[in-house]
Amino acid sequence: MYVYDNYDHAIIEDRVKQFRDQTNRYFDGKLSEDEYLPLRLQNGLYVQRMAPMLRVAVPYGMLASNQIRKLAEIARKFDKGYAHFSTRQNVQFNWPELADVPDILEELSKVEMHAVQTSGNCIRNTTTDQFAGVCHGEVEDPRPYCEIIRQWSTFHPEFAFLPRKFKIAVNANTLADRSATDVHDISLHLVKNDAGETGFRVVAGGGLGRTPIIGSTIREYLPAEDMLTYLDAIIRVYNQKGNRLNKYKARIKILVKALTPEVFAELVEEEWSHIKDSESKLTPELIEKMKSYFTEPAYETLEDNCASYEAKLAESKGFSSWVSRNVEQHKKPGYAIATLAIKRAGHAPGDVTDVQLDKIADLADKYSFGETRTTHEQNIVLADVKKSDLFAIWEAAKEAGFATPNLGLLTDMICCPGGDYCALANAKSIPVADEIMRRFDDLDYLHDLGEIDLNISGCMNACGHHHVGNIGILGVDKKGEEFYQISLGGDSGKITDTAIGKILGPSFNRDEVVDVLDKILNIYVEQRQQDELFIDTFKRVGMSTFKERVYAKAN
Amino acid sequence: MPKLIKNRAVVEDDFELIQALNEGESAPAGKIILPIQVYLDQRESLSSRNDIAVWLESDQPAEMLKDVADEVAFLAVNFPKFADGRGYSYARLIRERFNYTGELRAIGDVLLDQLHFMARCGFDSFAVREDRDAEEALQAFETFRYSYQGANDNPSPLFRKRLG
Repeated sequence: MYVYDNYDHAIIEDRVKQFRDQTNRYFDGKLSEDEYLPLRLQNGLYVQRMAPMLRVAVPYGMLASNQIRKLAEIARKFDKGYAHFSTRQNVQFNWPELADVPDILEELSKVEMHAVQTSGNCIRNTTTDQFAGVCHGEVEDPRPYCEIIRQWSTFHPEFAFLPRKFKIAVNANTLADRSATDVHDISLHLVKNDAGETGFRVVAGGGLGRTPIIGSTIREYLPAEDMLTYLDAIIRVYNQKGNRLNKYKARIKILVKALTPEVFAELVEEEWSHIKDSESKLTPELIEKMKSYFTEPAYETLEDNCASYEAKLAESKGFSSWVSRNVEQHKKPGYAIATLAIKRAGHAPGDVTDVQLDKIADLADKYSFGETRTTHEQNIVLADVKKSDLFAIWEAAKEAGFATPNLGLLTDMICCPGGDYCALANAKSIPVADEIMRRFDDLDYLHDLGEIDLNISGCMNACGHHHVGNIGILGVDKKGEEFYQISLGGDSGKITDTAIGKILGPSFNRDEVVDVLDKILNIYVEQRQQDELFIDTFKRVGMSTFKERVYAKAN
Repeated sequence: MPKLIKNRAVVEDDFELIQALNEGESAPAGKIILPIQVYLDQRESLSSRNDIAVWLESDQPAEMLKDVADEVAFLAVNFPKFADGRGYSYARLIRERFNYTGELRAIGDVLLDQLHFMARCGFDSFAVREDRDAEEALQAFETFRYSYQGANDNPSPLFRKRLG
């Protein structure tokens, strides 16, 4: 993974100093609440219902074992002993003291971490496939480009105060899009042109929130070297023309839709024509140098077939069911990708204790070259494990509580922190997730249901990505009471094509949600043909079948 | 007299900012910064004066300044709220697209914590909000030793320096 040089260290050290000074001036009354707010937000610091919340950046999800141990240490020292993995591959602390935050940032800087631009109306953490560099079906490893974007966007002087937050995702996989790429402000799809050169298909104007929109392609092929100047051009157009009067109309998706993608693309091309040959144009040397940070670890030369592993598979049903759900094919013979499922009943999805963090770090050191990745489904990936080690990993993960074989299944939910923590939320989301996890705890049934993305957001801001869940649950407020709206048919691009779910009908109160979900699942089981997935059955039979049955009056 | 940061030093600002003029009212005498539209409306009678500067509101396109850049004392861009970041792009266009080399002033809600970004985008004078200590604000220019990306102050991104 990327390793800081002296420049990176200097920039992050200067940032820590700057934030310490800003926080001191705030305490001294030299900075007003309103003036301090965007400054602290650009350092990932929210003030929430109970306490401040600090969001730490995990660039494109890469997390080394020493970084995980530092997070555990911070959780112990400055928080209540746990951390939370977010749906944007970042890590959050829910209970730090404001006055401690500069010290926390200083601690983070020692392990090449920071909280830069994890919030605020600026360019946020760039996300990508958690299996980048190790999976099949990849055009090229997207991470060198993500790191180039990270550096370019860090303290970009022109784009520190955009109309609204701005998220970029990079996808390089032709088989599955694991980062919901096309619902980002900009999504870059790595492609090869006819001459075999690397470039991007550029998509702009996607987003969730209260107006969910799938992005539009504004350029079919952009040479890789032009990546930054083109991003500059897109965001320069948006910075000038985006809506600044109404925050609900301020995302780039609204601008692209209002202008039409064609007209927006013309404006971008016009702007780009002036800057495309500036010094910000990438050089082949830089791209090569960045790639050198993401070379393969010291893989052993192995047979793909591993006898001891096959024997354990035949022997242990528990092990084989874990492998079938939580282990993915690796591009190297004899290796595998194992995902630790960290969601459990009784705990908010994404929450991990300091002890568990240390355990994850130990597993990474022992079995996966000391590296992990966070996923947008809020799990942790050991990306480079030997098949011969899988059984030992499973046993260790089981002991630590990370081995629920439910990845991709109903209870592997995406869920925002909701009304228990978040000041924006209309409703609680964690108790709903918890009730679902308790009701649907029969693994055989879950496996029989197969892959279903269930996503829960506590409000319109859609941090839980409810729009692109096959089943989405959205918390809404009606005259001070919490209600839940259910949508069906969304897809993040992981299972089929990206799609925005449609609302089933009138919302339900909290007591009804789990029963309604049960009804929906029963309708699916009854209607499905052979091995049809939920999303495919839904597409075939349509909303009306579900709607009629769910809202049918009991006779 | 209000304070101004210019060439990284605090100086007295001897220009008066004119927010607006009444319908039909002509520009007063003396050193003034006029709204760009007022200047354009009275351009014939004003273009011979050398004590007039113009300012652009954040919802006006930067192109409005293009033609007048050569005939005014300096150009100014207003930040009605510091969180309105349009002025950063305008500054870069004014410098890099219109090739303006004269004084470019940030006015309005101009605060310490934004000066670094403003300077990188091409502003070289800063009318720090009057209730703030302009001397204290000078530290903002020393915040960062390096920047990753190219901008107006240094168009060469850090990666070029690293590659040597």
